[in-house]
Amino acid sequence: MDFATFLIQLLNSVQYGLLLFMLAAGLTLIFGIMGVVNLAHGSFYMLGAYLAYSLSGHFGSLALAILGGALLSVVFGLALEWLLFRHFYHRDHLDQVLLTFGLIYIFEELRSILWGDDVHGVPIPQMLDWSIPLTDTLSYPAYRLFISGVCIVLAVALYLLISKTRLGMKIRAGAFNRSMAESLGVNIKLIHAVVFALGVGLAAVAGMVAAPVSSVYPNMGSSVLIMCFVVVVIGGIGSVRGALIAALLVGFVDTFGKVLLPSVAGMLVYMLMAAVLLWKPEGLFKQ
Amino acid sequence: MSTPRSNLEVLPRSAQLVLVLGLVALLAFPFVGSDFYVQMVTRMMIMAIFAMSLDLLQGVTGLVSLGHAAYFGVAGYALAFLTPADAPVSLWWTLPLAVAGAGLAALVIGFFVVRTHGIYFIMVTMAFAQMVFYLFFDNKALGGSDGLYINFRPDASVFGWLPFDLEGRRTFYYFTLALVVIVYALLRRLLWSPLGRALAGIRINEHRMRAMGFGTQGYKLTAFTLAGALAGLAGYLWGAQTGYVNPELMGFHMSAHAIMMVILGGMGNFAGAIVGAFAFEYLLHVFKDITKHWQLLMGGFIVLVVVAAPRGLLGMLGQRRADKAQEDSHHG
Amino acid sequence: MADALLSARQLTKRFGGLAAVNGVSVDLWRGQIHAVIGPNGAGKSTLTNLLSGDLPPTSGTVLLGGTEVTGWAPERISRHGLGRSYQKTNIFLPLTVHENVRLAAQSRDPQQPWHPLRWWQDTRTATIKNRAISARLESAIELSGLQNRRTAIAGAMSHGEQRQLEIAMTLATEPQVLLLDEPLAGMGVAEAERMVELLQRLKPAHAIMLVEHDMDAVFALADRLTVMVNGEVIAHGTPAEVRADTGVQAAYLGEDH
Repeated sequence: MDFATFLIQLLNSVQYGLLLFMLAAGLTLIFGIMGVVNLAHGSFYMLGAYLAYSLSGHFGSLALAILGGALLSVVFGLALEWLLFRHFYHRDHLDQVLLTFGLIYIFEELRSILWGDDVHGVPIPQMLDWSIPLTDTLSYPAYRLFISGVCIVLAVALYLLISKTRLGMKIRAGAFNRSMAESLGVNIKLIHAVVFALGVGLAAVAGMVAAPVSSVYPNMGSSVLIMCFVVVVIGGIGSVRGALIAALLVGFVDTFGKVLLPSVAGMLVYMLMAAVLLWKPEGLFKQ
Repeated sequence: MSTPRSNLEVLPRSAQLVLVLGLVALLAFPFVGSDFYVQMVTRMMIMAIFAMSLDLLQGVTGLVSLGHAAYFGVAGYALAFLTPADAPVSLWWTLPLAVAGAGLAALVIGFFVVRTHGIYFIMVTMAFAQMVFYLFFDNKALGGSDGLYINFRPDASVFGWLPFDLEGRRTFYYFTLALVVIVYALLRRLLWSPLGRALAGIRINEHRMRAMGFGTQGYKLTAFTLAGALAGLAGYLWGAQTGYVNPELMGFHMSAHAIMMVILGGMGNFAGAIVGAFAFEYLLHVFKDITKHWQLLMGGFIVLVVVAAPRGLLGMLGQRRADKAQEDSHHG
Repeated sequence: MADALLSARQLTKRFGGLAAVNGVSVDLWRGQIHAVIGPNGAGKSTLTNLLSGDLPPTSGTVLLGGTEVTGWAPERISRHGLGRSYQKTNIFLPLTVHENVRLAAQSRDPQQPWHPLRWWQDTRTATIKNRAISARLESAIELSGLQNRRTAIAGAMSHGEQRQLEIAMTLATEPQVLLLDEPLAGMGVAEAERMVELLQRLKPAHAIMLVEHDMDAVFALADRLTVMVNGEVIAHGTPAEVRADTGVQAAYLGEDH
């Protein structure tokens, strides 16, 4: 493999990894803090993609679509948490699995009713529709760098939020000792709503930003969900740092696996997960 | 996060009556039902075996597996690989082989999976099942996304003599019914065996089981393997009945349907699994008839069940009995 | 002099920078009750967890019946002859008393979950196999005084009865060494008396470590006493010796119950 090809695959793996991180961070936070397993998390990614499709057509600009879509998804997340999820924090995992599985069905059907079953494309905004030349024959699309850029900015923002703000401190306090935090005046219900909405928002923005590259199609949530679960298992539940490292690892293994060992590529990530489980049954950075 | 479920293990008279009546109805059905419905009920019975296998893992041992369909599918594919394109293959060695194959897959995956707990267990069972799914989906040699055909049902001949011909719809129906009864009887026996009691103990309080000297990981692996093997029995029958297997049989939806069936009927006594399988399959049939947006109805129904009746149909019976038993013990 | 049935040397357990248990040594002999006392947070429960295998020690050794069991899993240590009861009742709440103790008794059977015979025997009938289990079960139920409550559901019983069941389950595994974590916690006067009587009956055949706050019971029962404060042993010896120790008086016994 020559250097240019390697660089392209490396950039691809980082981009894929960062997108997975956006989803996994939300999932791991929601699970680590509220103890809810959410099988429908992939649906939020799908929601983002479909919103990008509709809103970019409506506004004529992907940037506005992403802003509007982010706002809409956060509101949706808040509503969903208030209506359903907050009543399931103390319930059995089995009940949560069932609830969120039922939601997958509902979301898929709503998507079908609202947007139909066709595959859609979202155009890359003109400003970003160029390529960086690497060699005489190979170049790298600037938009993909933009995706990675957006994810990095959001990751840094998330880090700052959790470790440097008062809200973040309250979130960490609530995760550590709920009743203590409550007696200290932290509004736990609000914290949970914020964390949930944050998770939904991150997943949706990932879907929006990736839409021009991955297209918009039915069931797109399920394939990304399973990768997301693998990332959370490898990284350790509740650990955002673990999710980042695991996501990049998975991105790397999957991307290079497809290029170097195509016949077993599909299984490589799972073998990685199995190996991690043998060594650390609770993930690399279990809280 | 989870409270130990007290299962309804001893079936009350009413439930026993329902089961007996159900058996009688199933015995009589092929004489009154059309071909289409005989096929449908056969499929329900196959699902009942699948659901019972999951009940052993989930209801009795308390392990929520989101990847149970992997073993169902593996056995179906085993039959597909073993059956040549132009002739049937013998029932008597392919069935045990397929079941053993499914059991072996469960043993291997189980080895990795039983070291995890709680939410991890749920996620890794799902992940490994997806791995199996992609193994078949991505490889043309294994049939790929199109799947494989099984052109002939297994042949029941023994040294030239044919005791029954599975190509016949009714014969296959009764064969499946016999297996449902046998599996149910064996699992009920298992429930009260030392293994069954230990598995129930693990569900209720694994920590104390370990403190008392039980090697719980070995028990969980045994349950996982047994459940996988029985799921394989159901998968073999599915392949034999429909003549077609594809990766969806190992997919996440299939696994989730199994969970739903076990919950719907009530967990931990295997009778609930049978009831749940029939009820779920019937509902699916009804919903699909009503509208092309049946997923909305199915999703709504699932959410409703979780919110309103988390212990399922037989469970509601059980709750009253458990309350009464508590009352009695106060006076005891 | 006979060897100690359980011998722990320099046990230390650190959580991050904090040493919950620091350099603690303890010996348990058959026919003796060794009480461990100390204020809340002294590390008594952590010590019990280290001995039972629920927590692996950071350093130090544990010998059970002459075998080194440091770092063994709890089930392995249990099968080697150690039983423990819990401060926070740790029973099978949805099951009856009979079923609870039966499971405990079953633990002494050979553990072969993969063996088809284990899948076939009916635990509800009195088979030859089950008679050994029955014997353990009966003895445990009788010792703990729950003969009339066999069919009661554990979760529906009074706190005192649950503590009795807690002990019964520990006894049904026929251990040589008993680690009892606050068996008298939350009991009324009559129940506590009965528990003290039970412990005296158990003494001759077992080596017992008793973690307790009830000082009357401790001084009535204990042959040896260890006092822990902040994870360390500050005094150790016969009850009389410990009572006279000025350090102990200052640190702990001054606050009489």
